[in-house]
Amino acid sequence: MIRLEDVQKIYRPGREISVPALRGITLEVTGGEFVAIMGASGSGKSTLMHIIGCLDRPSGGRYFLDNEEISKKGDNDLAEFRNKYIGFVFQSFNLLPRLNALENVELPMVYRGVRLPERRKRAEEALELVGLSDRLRHRPAELSGGEQQRVAIARALVGEPSLLLADEPTGNLDSTSSAEVIEIFCKLNQRGITVVFVTHEEEIAAFTRRIIRLRDGLVIEDRENRPPRGYAVNAGEVSCS
Amino acid sequence: MSFWEWVKIAFKSIGANKLRSALTTLGIIIGVSAVIALVSVGQGASQEISARFESMGSHLIMIRPVRSAGGDLFIEDAYELEERIPSIEFAVPTVNFSATIKYQNKSYDTSVEGVNSGFPEVRNHNPVSGRFLIPQEIELRSRVVVLGQTVVKEIFGSQDPLEETVYIRGQPFVVVGVMEAKGTTMGVDSDDIAYIPVTTAQRLSGTSSVNTIYVKAKSAADAKIAVSHITLLYSKKFPREDAVRITSQDELLTAIGETTQTFTILLGAIAGISLLVGGIGIMNIMLVSVTERTREIGIRKAIGAKRRDIMGQFLIESILLCVAGGFIGILLGVTASRFISRVAGWTTAISPGAVILAFAFAAAIGLFFGAYPARKAAALDPIEALRYE
Repeated sequence: MIRLEDVQKIYRPGREISVPALRGITLEVTGGEFVAIMGASGSGKSTLMHIIGCLDRPSGGRYFLDNEEISKKGDNDLAEFRNKYIGFVFQSFNLLPRLNALENVELPMVYRGVRLPERRKRAEEALELVGLSDRLRHRPAELSGGEQQRVAIARALVGEPSLLLADEPTGNLDSTSSAEVIEIFCKLNQRGITVVFVTHEEEIAAFTRRIIRLRDGLVIEDRENRPPRGYAVNAGEVSCS
Repeated sequence: MSFWEWVKIAFKSIGANKLRSALTTLGIIIGVSAVIALVSVGQGASQEISARFESMGSHLIMIRPVRSAGGDLFIEDAYELEERIPSIEFAVPTVNFSATIKYQNKSYDTSVEGVNSGFPEVRNHNPVSGRFLIPQEIELRSRVVVLGQTVVKEIFGSQDPLEETVYIRGQPFVVVGVMEAKGTTMGVDSDDIAYIPVTTAQRLSGTSSVNTIYVKAKSAADAKIAVSHITLLYSKKFPREDAVRITSQDELLTAIGETTQTFTILLGAIAGISLLVGGIGIMNIMLVSVTERTREIGIRKAIGAKRRDIMGQFLIESILLCVAGGFIGILLGVTASRFISRVAGWTTAISPGAVILAFAFAAAIGLFFGAYPARKAAALDPIEALRYE
């Protein structure tokens, strides 16, 4: 599914200054996994996420997604990969404020060229899946943080991606909403979607089956995890089995 | 992604900033309407001048002797031209002077023109009541007069002037006809005139020569031939080349046409500049819009928008603004042109060419000035764009 071979990323904010964000990451994620990437800020986890999400290209090493070498692709091909294979969930939701929930969810299909009746139907289904059937016409400003993030998840999965990426998806949410979001991720993973997310909250990472820790641009820990049953994320109840 | 999706997105973002969109479009509206209105004024002027010149008689050639250069022409010269040059249809010798016309206790200063019976044909000017001078009256030096409308109005008011006797330089003249109204051409009242036989005019002013010979050629092509014939004829007759001045109406018309066209182009260009300024306004606001929507662009890119999707969205937005401006501008320009023609009394002519040109120019401005902001938007790095606050 995902294979990174000695992936490096060096930022050059100015001449003679180079900031290495990733210093050689090698890892493989197979289809259907549920992975948390952890690390302190500055450890390179966001950069890694951007590379896995085809938003950025590594400056060294190779990255394969579904056996296609992404590191060699052009901007348009990357856009197409993002559209077809990847669903993104961001910490700050990143919904378009002028569009209602339904239109926001439709957006990836607009860029894929899906016709209106078809994409409307699929958007409705996706919103139903995240439990927002009664909020279709609401704009982001009229929704709570948790609801906004659920809309964002619906948008991420409406294109039936093989990989769902989330960057601190619960970072801006209260504990109840966090629990709901995690529960949705669990369910999606059970349906066979590969889920990878970045977090710094141990309680959230605990629900995944694999935890990868980064420090200073290197993998320092990569271990399996057994998610607990009926575990409580702070105050919120999560049932995922 | 289809073209219509781009159009839909563009419409949405225009609708989201209604006031700003309207103000931006205003630049284009003013530009397009200015082009249309000003060009219509120019074209109207050109048409009016041409029409007036044509009403003076088509294929007209004027021959004026220049006394100081030894030129002198007589009535016989006119008849010689008619006989010897086949391309000439009529030649009318004229003598003019100003005189006071008296009727009962009223008097009026006007210009008196001695002409022959061919005058109505040559100058395209006919009597509206009574008749014009006839050949016998020319031969017999009759004291008959045909009056212009202004003279009739000044002397007779609403009274019928036919068969009345007026005095010109103390001599009694019978009014035999009244000419049709011709109006004012470039500040000269063409109806402020009285026509008498050229022979009578010569006797009254004590001269044997003529002031001008008006010649009518059979066609436009003949006018050119006639001019060269006349030139040749008089170059033999007079030692000096400038003894007679030969002016062809067609040539004059061409020259005036060129002048008015320059005038129209100048007006159009001034208006075009305002259109250009409108275009810069579009570019300015599109650049602001791209900056403002950096995050939106980042989101769209992250979920799979390609370069051309973003480019198309912004380009179509700017073209839509310009085309809408162009459309409203046409309506406004046509209204303004009508208004000018009503209030100022000028003739205006809206040419479809100017309308199409202004509209196409507006659309092209949208494309041109939208291209840079759209490229800028399309080239944004998605990660940078997503970080933008």
